[in-house]
Amino acid sequence: MTKLATSFKESVRKIKDGDTVIAGGFGLSGIPENAIMALAEQGTKDLTIVSNNCGVDDWGLGLLLQNRQIKKMIASYVGENKTLESQYLNGELEVELVPQGTLAERIRAGGAGIPGFYTPTGVGTPIAEGKEYKEFNGKTCLLEEAIVGDVALVKAWKGDTYGNLIYRRTARNFNPLVAAAGKYTIAEVEEVVEVGDLDPNYIHTPSIYVQDLLKGETYEKRIEKLTVREA
Amino acid sequence: MANAREKIIDRAAQEIEDGMNVNLGIGMPTMIADRIPSSKHVFLHSENGLLGIGPYPEAGEEDADLINAGKETVTAKKGASFIDNAESFAMIRGGHVDLAILGGMEVSEQGDLANWMIPGKMVKGMGGAMDIVQGARKLVIIMTHVNKQGDSKVRSACDLPLTGSKVVDRLITDMAVFDFTDEGMVLKEILDGSDVESVREKTEADFTVDKSLLQKEGSN
Repeated sequence: MTKLATSFKESVRKIKDGDTVIAGGFGLSGIPENAIMALAEQGTKDLTIVSNNCGVDDWGLGLLLQNRQIKKMIASYVGENKTLESQYLNGELEVELVPQGTLAERIRAGGAGIPGFYTPTGVGTPIAEGKEYKEFNGKTCLLEEAIVGDVALVKAWKGDTYGNLIYRRTARNFNPLVAAAGKYTIAEVEEVVEVGDLDPNYIHTPSIYVQDLLKGETYEKRIEKLTVREA
Repeated sequence: MANAREKIIDRAAQEIEDGMNVNLGIGMPTMIADRIPSSKHVFLHSENGLLGIGPYPEAGEEDADLINAGKETVTAKKGASFIDNAESFAMIRGGHVDLAILGGMEVSEQGDLANWMIPGKMVKGMGGAMDIVQGARKLVIIMTHVNKQGDSKVRSACDLPLTGSKVVDRLITDMAVFDFTDEGMVLKEILDGSDVESVREKTEADFTVDKSLLQKEGSN
């Protein structure tokens, strides 16, 4: 029953050239640091990466960009990344920008077996071009399709050996949605606990969604914008 | 310019009422948080997954696991809740967030908003803006009235690609406050001490003038 996997190196072998990989995280918060580094090391190419952002030049998903492993990026905001900008302008990288709420719901729908849904978000804007639409109670809505990943990369705070997960503070972000939307989900945690140590009342991601559980030996947890109260 | 921003932020803070759940956009709108009087109990929503943003942390207390939508380190206030992104946007799309205050590049007299891309420049992405403008129960846009060249940003129609069509409820600039109603765009307040004629000169959009403002002008 244990989901404990042997190593990040072993687990990311699930990811093949041309795969769609969904990764949790918002900015650099709650990103699957260790799995991303192992994937960079492995060098798998032509990936479609789905994540709210694409890291920064030298950290997070930015590492995969530097290695030219990404063919297409699906994200809501990619403004923190110069490598992405140059690869996009060179035509090496395809970028699909998706409104953040629509991105979250497309991933949620993917995990929940809903092939598509209607939303008013984006009506009258460039992202509506070519999309089917329908009126509901006088309001025009766009048809958006679910996203399912060949592999999902998740970062949680604690996990038991069955793969039940809890997240910490806003590092939760996209992670629970991502966990459910992967055909194969690799979850990394800061702390592995025994089955029964996590209160079932407070499990965020139930074990059913997780295939591999790994403990990250270190977490850099880089802060993107340090802001503190004026003394 | 510093004065213009201060004026906008001060006026925008008055939009926030006791008991509201409010989403403040990145940049100038974030600064409104400091102007909310402590007598008002307000929950600030951060679309990355926090309802109840607190002040910035004390130096040394910052936590990489606790950030706002602008990726700044923040704290959570008493009574706050952490949520995933799908739930965060369910709150927005579901009409549970009372008010959103976002920045703008252009607003049209129909209440269209453009605030996410400039053709020819690198597109960074819309983030959560397109969802928020559709979902918030009331949308207030804050921006300077004219651009650096002195051209009106309050337009008859937006030139820039839209973030949302017919979504703006109220526009606050350093010069004036406008509402967008079924009868069109209405000038409600003049903030810079000038008059209706001066506002018209600096505004490309066509608008009518609220009765109370006309009476005030007439009595001068």
